[in-house]
Amino acid sequence: MKLDREQVLHIAELAKLSLTEEETELFSEQLSEVLAYFEQLQELDTDDIPPTAQAIYQRNVMRPDTTAPCLTPDEALANAPQRKGDYFQVKPILD
Amino acid sequence: MEFEAIIGVEVHAQILTKSKMFCRCSADVAHAAPNTHTCPICLGMPGTLPVINQAAVEATVLTGMALNCTIPSFSKFDRKNYHYPDLPKGYQVSQYDYPLTKDGYLDVQVNGETRRLRIRRVHLEEDTARLVHEGDTSLIDFNRSSLPLMEIVSEADMRSAEDTYAYLVKLRQILRYLGVSTGNMEEGAMRCEANISVRPVGMEEYGTKVEVKNLNSFRSVRLAIAYEIERQIGVLEEGGEIQQVTMGWDEAGLRTVFQRSKEFAEDYRYFPEPDLPPLEIDQALRESIAARLPELPDAKRERCVMVYGIRSEDARLLCEDRATAGFFERAVEAASERVSAQTVANWIVGEVFRLLGESGQGIDQIKMQPEDLAALLDMLAGGTINATVAKEVLEEMFTSGQAPDVIVERRGLRQINDQEALSAAVRTALDDNPGPVAQYLAGKEQVLGFLIGQVMRATRGQANVQIVTELLRAELEKRR
Repeated sequence: MKLDREQVLHIAELAKLSLTEEETELFSEQLSEVLAYFEQLQELDTDDIPPTAQAIYQRNVMRPDTTAPCLTPDEALANAPQRKGDYFQVKPILD
Repeated sequence: MEFEAIIGVEVHAQILTKSKMFCRCSADVAHAAPNTHTCPICLGMPGTLPVINQAAVEATVLTGMALNCTIPSFSKFDRKNYHYPDLPKGYQVSQYDYPLTKDGYLDVQVNGETRRLRIRRVHLEEDTARLVHEGDTSLIDFNRSSLPLMEIVSEADMRSAEDTYAYLVKLRQILRYLGVSTGNMEEGAMRCEANISVRPVGMEEYGTKVEVKNLNSFRSVRLAIAYEIERQIGVLEEGGEIQQVTMGWDEAGLRTVFQRSKEFAEDYRYFPEPDLPPLEIDQALRESIAARLPELPDAKRERCVMVYGIRSEDARLLCEDRATAGFFERAVEAASERVSAQTVANWIVGEVFRLLGESGQGIDQIKMQPEDLAALLDMLAGGTINATVAKEVLEEMFTSGQAPDVIVERRGLRQINDQEALSAAVRTALDDNPGPVAQYLAGKEQVLGFLIGQVMRATRGQANVQIVTELLRAELEKRR
């Protein structure tokens, strides 16, 4: 299955990537190739096999409901591009 | 043309745990300064490993059980991908195709009729950070990020604002009974979104649905849904078309307002969360959670009527919350044989509720013990005190938490049953009020109440009213 231009742009939009005209063309081909590999897997009959969420068999990895000390606001904000007081600051969000 | 409304709701309820959903940061963030309850996990740093909080899983399963859901043996978490600054990971950990619980229902009373409203699922997810919009900038506080959140999704079984209101009130009551959430809408601990569509009565297909957000109180839920139904019917009646949009409730304008269109279908690209192994709710875990299921409001109310023989309206009021029902039951258990359960109910629904209302306290916050209320009512039943004094003593018990016999002794409030002492008081009252006495003798018997009041005042409210009444009648006859 070949991915068309629209589909590539949609994927780019979801991934918040802006692509040039050349990139769109290039990725359209490359993504189609990747998809083609996976299409080979579709040939297997998996009707009677339950879906697998994880490759390693682990179940019920849980912790008790106890607390531990948190970061200080300064530590939490250490990587923030912008801060205002003890808040992270970002561009205005309308919605 | 007649129209009917089709409504379904999604409720998000914050789960009362000590720590967050996937990390050990304290979940007690309600009044915390910004960004004081964070760690690399709930800040969404790369390379961190979340670990599931068992208490949140159990609270969700418990809720599912209370809502008559089935509990599948297999469940897992998924990533719901979208970009928004309140979610720096770029995805929310939620549950997609294998929720912890599903296929339940809630029976609610609407206009005296029982309606069974189906619940599609109750699943577990993490809350997002809190955004503060400030002029030309937005600020983020990650305290709320990754708090455990239950999403309770109903089927589209509701047909009116009243249905939806009844559903939400009942749902909150159950969440509170279970102790899994405060259910406080005003504080955002319980949030509601409604999907509303209308269609001509008799039509099979659904109309285009509109999502209404920003419903921050029970009142706004009711008003917003009623408004939106009318709006949609209005559009259709004028030959218009309903657009698939998200509306917000404008609390000040009392109307729904356009927020955004949904012309692009949401594309969350769910996939299994690779960092969290799936859950297996086996028989043992299921049973241990089921053992914690308390008696729910409907069952409790029925039992109060059956076992204690109280009026069903009183039972409804007493079982409104678990603490009140517990207070009532403890008082009834402690009460002597001469105090009926209905008497206990009357005093709680009447006097105690009045005092709670005036003080703004919850019944679990007051000093008065239910056993002391039982003792007070026994003193009343035995004639140690009269009803007026009992109310006075109750007020003091309510504020001080002292036992009723202590208060009665200290303040000398024992009822005066002594015939001789009361006869003297009666004679004095009649001597001091010749006018009313003459009226009574002339046939105006209503003044007896006034004369009783005079004696009661003279005895500081402690006289046995029954004896006073008898003595008054006898003494008045003598003066005829």
